[in-house]
Amino acid sequence: MTNPVFTRIEDDIQKSDIVLYMKGSPMFPQCGFSATVVEVLNHFNVDFEAFDVLQDPALRDGIKSYSEWPTIPQLYVKGEFVGGCDIIREMAANGEMSGLFEQNNIQPKA
Amino acid sequence: MAMEAKEIEAMIRGELPDAVVTIQDLRGNGDHYAAHVISQAFSGKSRVQQHQMVYKALKGKMGDDLHALALQTSIPE
Repeated sequence: MTNPVFTRIEDDIQKSDIVLYMKGSPMFPQCGFSATVVEVLNHFNVDFEAFDVLQDPALRDGIKSYSEWPTIPQLYVKGEFVGGCDIIREMAANGEMSGLFEQNNIQPKA
Repeated sequence: MAMEAKEIEAMIRGELPDAVVTIQDLRGNGDHYAAHVISQAFSGKSRVQQHQMVYKALKGKMGDDLHALALQTSIPE
């Protein structure tokens, strides 16, 4: 734990059940891959916290070293890194994503 | 800064010598690729770990020279 950004990331991914690090905002994604993950989350109608890495260069680099994952977007559920766009798309298509939400007792928004 | 499909395949096989690598240039501009990598080395690893192994083989090119590499990994049947 040398990188001070890691502490912040760990705090943030514990605070909300679903956390998405993305480029742009859920309303205005700045990258197609980020937009895809937002679409998936909206499809499941779940609440999530989004952080825009374009607003924060330290976070943009920090999140990549934190997860040892070279790209944005990155999705975290209950503090665990789930994957980037490809994995999320695959999990949404094969039913694993709804399984993951169920397992973690994450309900659709009322 | 684009990369050749052949170069991507060679880097992946450098780290995963048994890998069967199928690469598609999605837009024909050397910047958006899709790769399917099949290797015995993925056995027992989570999907995140499998992708991390491929990214590691690409030695920092992913997210840099390579903007988009849609990745799919599997274990040989």
